[in-house]
Amino acid sequence: MSKGITIKPPLTDSIVRSLKAGDEVKITGVIYTARDMAHKRLCEALDVGKELPFDLAGAVIYFCGPSPAKPGCVIGSAGPTTSSRMDPFSPKLIANGLKAMLGKGCRSDHVRNALKKYGAVHLSTLGGAGALLSKHIVSAEVLAYQDLGTEAVRKLEVVDFPAIVAYDSYGNTVYKEV
Amino acid sequence: MRHIEFEKIAKTVESLCISAAYELPDDVLAALEKAAKAESAPGAARILNQLIENARIAKTESIPLCQDTGLVVVFVEQGTDVAVKLPADQTQATLFDAINSGVKAACENGYLRKSVVADPLNHRKNTDSNTPAVIHHSIIPGDKLKIAVMTKGGGCENKSQFKMFKPTADRDQIIDWVVDVAKQAGADACPPFVVGVGIGGNFELSCLLSKKALLRDLTSKNADDFYAELEADLLSRINALGIGPQGIGGNTTALACLVETAPCHIASLPVAVNIECHSHRHKPAVI
Repeated sequence: MSKGITIKPPLTDSIVRSLKAGDEVKITGVIYTARDMAHKRLCEALDVGKELPFDLAGAVIYFCGPSPAKPGCVIGSAGPTTSSRMDPFSPKLIANGLKAMLGKGCRSDHVRNALKKYGAVHLSTLGGAGALLSKHIVSAEVLAYQDLGTEAVRKLEVVDFPAIVAYDSYGNTVYKEV
Repeated sequence: MRHIEFEKIAKTVESLCISAAYELPDDVLAALEKAAKAESAPGAARILNQLIENARIAKTESIPLCQDTGLVVVFVEQGTDVAVKLPADQTQATLFDAINSGVKAACENGYLRKSVVADPLNHRKNTDSNTPAVIHHSIIPGDKLKIAVMTKGGGCENKSQFKMFKPTADRDQIIDWVVDVAKQAGADACPPFVVGVGIGGNFELSCLLSKKALLRDLTSKNADDFYAELEADLLSRINALGIGPQGIGGNTTALACLVETAPCHIASLPVAVNIECHSHRHKPAVI
């Protein structure tokens, strides 16, 4: 198990293929938040050939709806939400260039197959530790879907954001399959 | 009759919601610390220590423990000698309005997330206030108003389950099912869990008991030896699953299992399991 590999989005195929389930990674660079409703809209946009709010090629999507920023702060509490709710949407985004997702918990076989087929990974970070994780976010701006409030798509700049490779691009997982 | 001002109730609820968001209760923190020392898996111990560090940052810097600051659940026990004194301009208001007024103020003043939609299926428009709270009201003797606020995250609530057993079902069948519910909750619901179990009553009462059980101190035991033993056996079986903190393996899958019961129909044996994440946020007050 490798410790603390720094990965910088946009991610290349060779970086993604070098990651193994259980590896600890630190993300430095730009990632994009999207939860349920934003995923629905991103997929609808792809269906009709509309331009997405950000370039999916090599992108990292963070399943996160932060709490509001206090005055003087860039963001509020900002931990991951349950990944499996995005299962119906992720394969389409992966097929269109998405290289990593960041959330908590398990993914469906359909998502795992897409990770293998297109070369992508699912990363897990600390569920319920949004205060600690907010310390790794240095800037945040709403990019799209502002009407969704906390569920809007945000561009985040992160430094040494901690995560574990939960599902790699070879079909392996860190989760104990009970 | 003792009259308590509407605004005093609202202010109390506001303060409970905000402190719940920022401060992990002492018993939960103690349970995490105990688990971190006892964990044999190094990865699991590290995650538990990160959760303890998260609680420290949240408290000292007033940042919510979790970005999901929850749907507010309020258990309010009203003394028979207590009445709400309404503001002059709100003659139609009730105790419930006072509680919701506090929840709304907490959302704004505590920078809590707006996590409530007005309609579950049709448009799901956000109420922009985190109201309405889910309020459970009961009457007690005396002149006090007891309020317990629980801010319940969606991820763990989504994994809660209910089942009607045959009245002839035995203890082992109940245990197997509760353990299976915890297993299904798995990595998704932010383990280590607190598992609330309601046994008896009817369809809705068992669910309410499973939530109410979560208000108990994590080191407490059911007063009835039979159920205290059931709690211990459930906890041991759930921890034997090996799901571990965040689902990456370890001995700590649950911090506690709390069982509450009620009488029920001869034909029924309802059981409900309310899964709670490690960010187990609740605060009590007595006015």
